[in-house]
Amino acid sequence: MAYSDKVIDHYENPRNVGSFGKDEQDVGTGIVGAPECGDVMKLQLKITDAGVIEDARFKTFGCGSAIASSSYVTELVKGRKVEEAYAIKNTQIVEDLNLPPVKIHCSVLAEDAIKAAVSDWRKRKGLEDEDQDKQVG
Amino acid sequence: MAQNGNSSMSNRIYMDNHATTPMDQRVLDEMLPYFTEKYGNSGSRNHAFGWEAEAGVDQARERIAKLINAKPKEIIFTSGATESDNIALKSVVEFYREKGNHIITATTEHKAILDVCKSLERKGLAEVTYLPVDNQGLIDLDQLRAAITDKTILISIMHANNEIGVIQPVHEIGKIAKEKGVLFHSDATQGVGKVPVDVEAMGIDLMSFSGHKMYGPKGIGGLYVRARNPRVRLSPMMEGGGQERGMRSGTLNVPGIVGLGRACELAGEEMQEENARLLRLRERLRKALMDELGDTYLNGHPTERLPGNLNISFEFVEGESLLMGLKDIAVSSGSACTSATLEPSYVLKALGVGDELAHTSIRFGLGRFNTEEEVDRVAERVVSEVTRLREMSPLYEMAKEGIDLKSYNWARD
Repeated sequence: MAYSDKVIDHYENPRNVGSFGKDEQDVGTGIVGAPECGDVMKLQLKITDAGVIEDARFKTFGCGSAIASSSYVTELVKGRKVEEAYAIKNTQIVEDLNLPPVKIHCSVLAEDAIKAAVSDWRKRKGLEDEDQDKQVG
Repeated sequence: MAQNGNSSMSNRIYMDNHATTPMDQRVLDEMLPYFTEKYGNSGSRNHAFGWEAEAGVDQARERIAKLINAKPKEIIFTSGATESDNIALKSVVEFYREKGNHIITATTEHKAILDVCKSLERKGLAEVTYLPVDNQGLIDLDQLRAAITDKTILISIMHANNEIGVIQPVHEIGKIAKEKGVLFHSDATQGVGKVPVDVEAMGIDLMSFSGHKMYGPKGIGGLYVRARNPRVRLSPMMEGGGQERGMRSGTLNVPGIVGLGRACELAGEEMQEENARLLRLRERLRKALMDELGDTYLNGHPTERLPGNLNISFEFVEGESLLMGLKDIAVSSGSACTSATLEPSYVLKALGVGDELAHTSIRFGLGRFNTEEEVDRVAERVVSEVTRLREMSPLYEMAKEGIDLKSYNWARD
């Protein structure tokens, strides 16, 4: 299978790899997927009190497209309001990275990771959770 | 040693010799005249064009027979091992249906066996027992013995496995088959031409093999069909001109057959030396990888395996992402992401390897044209990529923090 240039670029030069301190109150962490499924993404968002994502980190166990999707998402969400980030759909990731049909699940996982990270941040902040959170994971 | 057909054109390294092998130049050289000069139909009995083609076929049959200790007339030419497997199973089921309908095979067989078995079951033509394997990939001989009933007509157990290279106790299986009066077929696609295979000593009645796995051409293979003690009878799957003793009609692929014959001859002549060389290279690669990197697991039996096969799980690193990082190196993975089904390797699953480790497995297939320099380069590249990808892996991080990944509550879809 041939990868798009964008996937290769994100795989070879992943953006924002790493982790924030786990106890930082302004960080939301989302871990989605499972090792036996071959994909696990950890996405961390550092969010200001005003609800703006000022920084992001990821670590991913998964195929090249899964790594690229999560790397791409860290760039996509930076500087956005949490509500905007929460509204990002996997189809946007598919289009932007030109993912083939067999790799669509990577984009779904990346969308789930954003939602999981935002929900975790809301929980830490004692903010009310939205109904959509049920879809997470 | 022939000219290196492997990486002379570029920096690419081919280390996927279980998928296919590059053709040996010496094989090609012997095939070429049969395309342009000796192009006769080996079935043409009334002119020199036919005779010279037939002579080429006869010589090839002798060379193949010599490699596996068979008689020339016991070799049936086919398009490859998949066809040979299909003929062996379907023809035996059809011909021996008065005697019984039970087949015994194993869960780690190639799809060319498993899918034929499933199809025979679906059509109500056969009942199939799938023997499990132990965690090193070997079947249990007592379980085999116990599975045989008075309806059993065929035991089909592969010689060497295509993913993990594990070699089944074929001698013992052959003995049990003889004792019980059951035919024994072996898919020896990966083994013939690589390690000694002797149909007499191993008690094999039917055996599949293929040209392109032993530095010969694609599109040609064979089925060994025992002629005496017992004489194996097959109902033809392909009917027509009555070639191959009526068991497989169709004009013979003369250049392919000549190539297969030469490939067998070369394999026989060089096997001993080549195996020692491959084993040394394989162990060099294994040590370099496993000593350098922690959390690696060898899949399959450590010694009862093909000298060129190495299958390792690199925990915390998904196989496809590793392949992507090894851009100029051709190897394979048991990861789901490299297969059409999105299921990880059923062979590793049969060994009890968990899906999470199956996703991290890489198969290295060393062959005739791999060099020590290549092995060292592959080791260096794999170590560097695994290290990079582990730094990027949340599983590696969690494991280092002491989190038990097995009991962790994963958010599943």
